[in-house]
Order: sequence, then structure tokens, then C-alpha cells
Amino acid sequence: MHPQDLLLGAFIYLAAAVIAALLATRLGLGSVLGYLVAGMVIGPSVLGLIGREGADVMHFAEFGVVVMLFLVGLELRPATLWALRRPIIGLGGLQVVATALALGAGALALGFGWQAALTTGLILAMSSTAIVLQSLSERGLLKTSAGQSCFSVLLFQDIAVIPILALLPLLATVNPQSAHGATLIGDLPRWAQTLAVLAAVGAIIVAGRFLTRPLFRLVAATGSREVFVGLALVMVVGIALLMQLVGLSAALGTFLAGVVLADSEYRHELEMDLDPFKGLLLAVFFIAVGAGIDFSLLLHQPLLVAGLVLGFIALKFGIMFLLARLFAMGGPDACRFSFALAQGGEFAFVLISFAAGLGLLDPGQSGLLVAVVALSMAAAPLLMILDARVIQPRFASKPGARGSEPIEDTGARVIIAGHGRFGITVGRLLQASGIRAVVLDHDAEQIEVVRKFGFRTYYGDASRHDLLEAAGAAEAQALVIAIDEPEKVLQIVETARRHFPQLQIFARARDRVHAYRLINAGVEHVYREVFAASVDLGKQLLVGLGMHPFEAHRAARRFKAHDEDLLRRSARHVDDTQRLIDIARQEREELERVLTSDASAPGASPDHAWQAPDGRPSDAGPAPAPPAGQAAPQPAPWPPVPWRAGAMH
Amino acid sequence: MKLLVLHAHPRSKASVVQRAMVRAISGLDGVTIADLYAEYPDFDIHVAREQQRLLDHDVIVLQHPFYWYSSPALLKEWLDLVLENGWAYGPGGTRLAGRFLLSAISTGGTQEAYRHGGRNRFEIAELLSPFNQTAYLCSMAYLAPFVIHAGRQLPAGQLAAAAGTYRDLIVGLRDGAIDPLSRLAPGFTLPPAFSAKR
Repeated sequence: MHPQDLLLGAFIYLAAAVIAALLATRLGLGSVLGYLVAGMVIGPSVLGLIGREGADVMHFAEFGVVVMLFLVGLELRPATLWALRRPIIGLGGLQVVATALALGAGALALGFGWQAALTTGLILAMSSTAIVLQSLSERGLLKTSAGQSCFSVLLFQDIAVIPILALLPLLATVNPQSAHGATLIGDLPRWAQTLAVLAAVGAIIVAGRFLTRPLFRLVAATGSREVFVGLALVMVVGIALLMQLVGLSAALGTFLAGVVLADSEYRHELEMDLDPFKGLLLAVFFIAVGAGIDFSLLLHQPLLVAGLVLGFIALKFGIMFLLARLFAMGGPDACRFSFALAQGGEFAFVLISFAAGLGLLDPGQSGLLVAVVALSMAAAPLLMILDARVIQPRFASKPGARGSEPIEDTGARVIIAGHGRFGITVGRLLQASGIRAVVLDHDAEQIEVVRKFGFRTYYGDASRHDLLEAAGAAEAQALVIAIDEPEKVLQIVETARRHFPQLQIFARARDRVHAYRLINAGVEHVYREVFAASVDLGKQLLVGLGMHPFEAHRAARRFKAHDEDLLRRSARHVDDTQRLIDIARQEREELERVLTSDASAPGASPDHAWQAPDGRPSDAGPAPAPPAGQAAPQPAPWPPVPWRAGAMH
Repeated sequence: MKLLVLHAHPRSKASVVQRAMVRAISGLDGVTIADLYAEYPDFDIHVAREQQRLLDHDVIVLQHPFYWYSSPALLKEWLDLVLENGWAYGPGGTRLAGRFLLSAISTGGTQEAYRHGGRNRFEIAELLSPFNQTAYLCSMAYLAPFVIHAGRQLPAGQLAAAAGTYRDLIVGLRDGAIDPLSRLAPGFTLPPAFSAKR
């Protein structure tokens, strides 16, 4: 392809993606539907902006699915995956078998041969991982129990593609070379192939466990983000290639790698770096699916195609719903689950072309199947909207039939950004008090150390709103910014206040001027990094010089409160140095007066405070004292009058 | 006997009477003086340490100005935290049984102010009843309080004399010259567990 064409193609795809996503989300339809419609519009059947190369583009964009499964894997710790084994194998397995048989029977009834019918059933049993996961996560439903069931089924389907690819040649009457032709190991004996597959999977697990962490640490230490992104892409592409070499699904391989890395502290950084690639590639993929819909077929046999699509969706929905009830899902969950999965999937296109190559399907059958799958995928977002807008509200109005709740509570209550000598103290106090905290730091060495102390830690730049979000900023109660770079602290404050207004922010200030800036940025809890220690030292110094510890304690506290009040009052004059100096001078005199008045005014002693003004013994006349407990209103931070201990009568 | 003087005054510098009292009993063998406000300026009382200190002594003296007809806040905090249920009182709480509790206070008003019809309307003994009952609940014997009235208005000589009386009481209790049982607060009946322990 000419480079010019490549750029033009990229321009058309990306422009269509942007416009479609904007329109679709504005209309509340979800971006997937937008992409599909955009593909239809720019495709050969309507505007013809892109031609028949759509299929090639789709193969390329399938890499988006690969990246997506890597990201899905990152979200799933091995323990979570193990906990899901029952729905994955039980629900997923039953779904594939039941759907394949039912749809195969349907195809048989339409006059397909039994091999073609079974092939069709298997092909149509697949649902679209790309559409469903993307739509569910856009709606925040991925972690609900219906979402998890969908995920389990989709995961099983993705795994099932591999045995299906192995099974189809056995159904074929002709046996062309293409079965394993693309793989390096296709010529090896069976046992060696199996061994190679196992070795590849083992290599991913071992490398993921032991090799990636030092590698990422090394790259993270360079501090250059593009190198990190590059490494992440190299890893995903490399795994995809390795999987193809041994004839496994690339998506499955990267999913496995994702699971292996789910416990890694680099998880969030990986997620964020790969997310844009996934999003763009999926967009291109959906556009290609839209463009691939053959409208001429639709125009020639509109009733047949429409009938097939409707029948397919209805049948798949029915089976999903039955299975959902069988697995004890409630009404709302069962509906959400069934509507979400009632479509064909991207793997269907792979399987269709594979089956056509084997001669299992004739060109007419495969063309019809492509149209049915593509149209059902286009309908999928509509079905989910139907479910969300019409079906679910009906359940919501019935008492006792509550929709699904998030089942995984990963949120920490506190996020600590920066875990150096400042943050670590805060973290230890929280840990000792049994409060969950997530630690973010962009020093890979530091992260290693902190991990050993048993904190949940993530590598990354906390001024990025996506990292904060990944760390749970939307649910956390507080954000501690303990980083020692003043500008960075201000950046994080700005990000956090804009995106997570509910977060209480506790910020470390380098010095007075930095504290002014933080206060002006709206931070209530500002702590100058050495202030508390200096005051403590000063207090002990006073004791060392002979002051009574309680007096020293109070002096230190008053000094501190006074200084913090001054800090807040001066903050708005941060740029007016002369003004600041004037205020400081005034305040110093005031402070001196306050501190000394307490120590050196025995005449103001409380022991006398209740005596009659003329010095008569206090029992000689009526009490001049105000009623107990009714203190005079006091100006902040403490009254400039001498402090009074309890009164003695 | 060994005496523990728990001294509580938040402004020791401005204190006149209490300082004289502390000076009078300073440096005596067998008499431990604890300046609570110096030991716990942030009110963070070390309970186990304080309990051990109680066990190490026979007579506990609460020496403080009579702020608001009671003790300064830190001494109240001390009582609240250190005298734990199951330790000082309640089921199994007999660790202090057989010991003595003495209030040594200074007041601003004269003795005449502390009577029915006087300015403060109650007698000192009545106002001290929370301490009296505290001792009873902890199976201790509550001694007649030592009080210096209107000490600030006393001429220096009289204040010194009052402090000397205080010293005599402390030393007498320490040496056994004064039998504490002969100096119980008027009307105080010994708690059952007190006699069992002695």
C-alpha cells in the first residue's frame, strides 16, 4: 500500500471514530454502536470511503481484542480467576454446547448439511468479547454479578475457539493444508506440538512472574514514559506472535500474561499506557465490522436476512436466559446477562473464513453468516440499551428485586502519593490503625522497599488522573500527597480537585511559600514538612532550659496554632513580599505578648480571679464571678488574654 | 510506709501554696512526688506504669488546688484511666485494697466559706465525697483531708507553718508515728476488702 493511502485510510478511520464516538455518547448510545454505524456509513455499501480492504483492516484491528484481553487479565488476580472457575467452566461450557446444538439444529432445519449445521452452531455460539466488555465497562457494569457472569462466559468462549479450530478440520471432508499451515510447528509430530504449546504457556507464566518485574523496574528507572509504553507493547505483541507460532489464540496468551501480571505493582501503569491503544484499535475493529456488512445481500433478501438475524438473536437470548435461571440468577441479572450476550462475535469471522477454507461452508452460506453475525453485533448495543432503559427500570420498581451490586470491593480508603520519608510515616500510622491504604510512587526502588512492608503499592505518576482513578480515587475518602516536589504536589492537587471533588486532600508543603500556594489552591490540610519537628524540638528545648513541661507544651501548641492561623491569613498575599513582611512583624510582637503574658503575670492568676475587686477575702461579699461554664467569646486561635487554669474558690 | 504524692497543678509557676507544699515534702526518703502535668503534658497517661507505681506504695496522696470544687483536669483523667475496672474495683478489682488515700488540697476561700450558709454552701468533706467514695470503691481507707485555706492571703510565716504541718503529717504517716486508721475521714467505714487485705 502506498504510504499516502495508508495515511488517508488512517485519517478516514480515525475521523469516523471520533465523530461517531462524539455523536453516540452525546445521544447516550455508547461508543460501540457509534463505531459500527460509522463503519456502515463510510463502508463500500454507502459512501464508499473505504473499500474492500476492510477485512484486512479487521485482521489488524483484531489486535485491539488481544490488547483488551491483556487488560482484562490485568484486572483479574489469579485468586479471582480461581474463584470464578465454576461460572467459567459450568456456565460458559453449557452455554457453548447448548447454543451450538440449538443453532445447529436451526441450521439443519434451514437445509444445511449436518457438518455445515454443526459448524454454524459452533460459530454462532461465540459472543462478542469486544462489544460486550466495552459496553459493560462503559456503563460500569463489569464488576456487577451479571457483568462477571458475562465475563466468565466470554472467557470460556475465547478459550473454546482453540479446540473448535482443532475440531473443524475433522468435520471437513476435504483436508486442505491450511489447518495449521500458518504455524511454525505445524509440521512437527502431535506430541511435539503439544509440548511446544505447553512450553509457550509455561514461558509466559515464568517470564511474567520473574522476568517482567526487574525489566519494568529497569525501564521505570529511566523515567522516560515512552520507553515504558514501548516495553508494554513489545510484550503484548511478542506474546501474540508467540501464540500464533504455536497455533494458540493470541488473545488467550495475552490474557494469561495479564493474569500473571495482575499482582504486579506496574499493573496500573500498564493499564493506563495500553488503554488508548486498545480503545483505538477496537474502534477501528468495530468500524471494519460495520463496513464489512454486505448491504447488497441485505437488499436482495431483506426478509431472509432480517428473519435470520431476529431468529438468531431470539434463540441465543432464550438459551442465555434459561442458563441464567439455571445458575440461580435473579430476574434483573438474568435479563442483563442474556441481552448482553445475544449476538455473534468477532471470532465468528475468523471461524467462518477458516471453515470456508476447509470447504465446510459454501460461499453463499458464509456470506449469509457474516451478514447475520455483523448485524447481530450491530444490534447488540441496541439490545443492551433496551435492557438498561426499558427492562431494568421495571425490575427496579418492584421491591425485593434489586439490580446487581458491585461484588468486589477493592477500594482503599486512603491513597498515599509518594512514599518517601514523609509518606511512609503516614502509611505506617494508617497500617497500625488497620486502615487500608494504596501507595503510589514513581520511584521503582522505593516501591520495592515499600512492598516488603506489606503495602499495596503501584508504580506511576500520581499527577495523572487515570492513575489516581485506577488506585480507587473515586471511592477513596482521602488523598495524602507526600511527594517532595512542590510543583508536582500542586499538580496533583489540581487533578484531584477537578476529577475527585469528594476526596479530602492532605498535602505536604515544602516551605511557607509552597504552603501559601496549596492553601490558595483550596487545600485545607496543609503540613509544612519540618514544621512539626521544629516545634517539637523547640518545646523540648524549653523544657531543657527549665520550663515546666506542661507550660512548654502549651507554649508550643499556642505557637503552632498562631503560626498556622497566620499562614492562612497571609496566603492570599503570597506575591506581595512587603505585605508578608509587615504581617510577620506585627504578628511576632503579638505572639511574644501572648506567650509571655501567660508566664509572667502572677497578678492575673486564676487563684485571684474570683476575689472581690477590692481585695477583700472572697467569702466576704457577693461573688463577682460570671456563672460557671459561660466563657466569654474568644477570638481565634486563642485569646490574647492570659490563659486561665481552673478557678479555685 | 511508702507514700506516693500525685501532684497536679497546671500552672506550677503561678502557684504559691502548692509550691510551698511540694517544697515542704521534697527530698524525703520513702515519699515519691509525681508532678503529673510535667509527666504527661499531653495528657497521654501511661496506665500500666501508673498502676505499678500505685502498687509500689501504701499511701496515695492526691495533692492539688481545689479547682472548681474538684481536682485539675489531668488528675481526673488520671483517675479515669488508671483505676480500671477489674483492677482497682469491680469483679476481681482488689489490687489497691488495704491502701490509704489522702486528699491534700489548697483552696482560695477561707474555712468559713465552706459551711452551710457560707459562700460555697457546702463543707469541704461534702465536696470531697467523690474522692471519699472512690477510695471506698477501691477498698482503700480515705483519710481526713489536709486543707490549706486561703493560703495566698496568709502571711509568709503562717504559710510556712501550714506547709510544715503538711510535712509532719507526711513524715508521721511514713514513719508510723501517725496511725492512719486513727485519722480516717469522719464517718468513713472501712470497706470489707480493706480489712481482709490488711
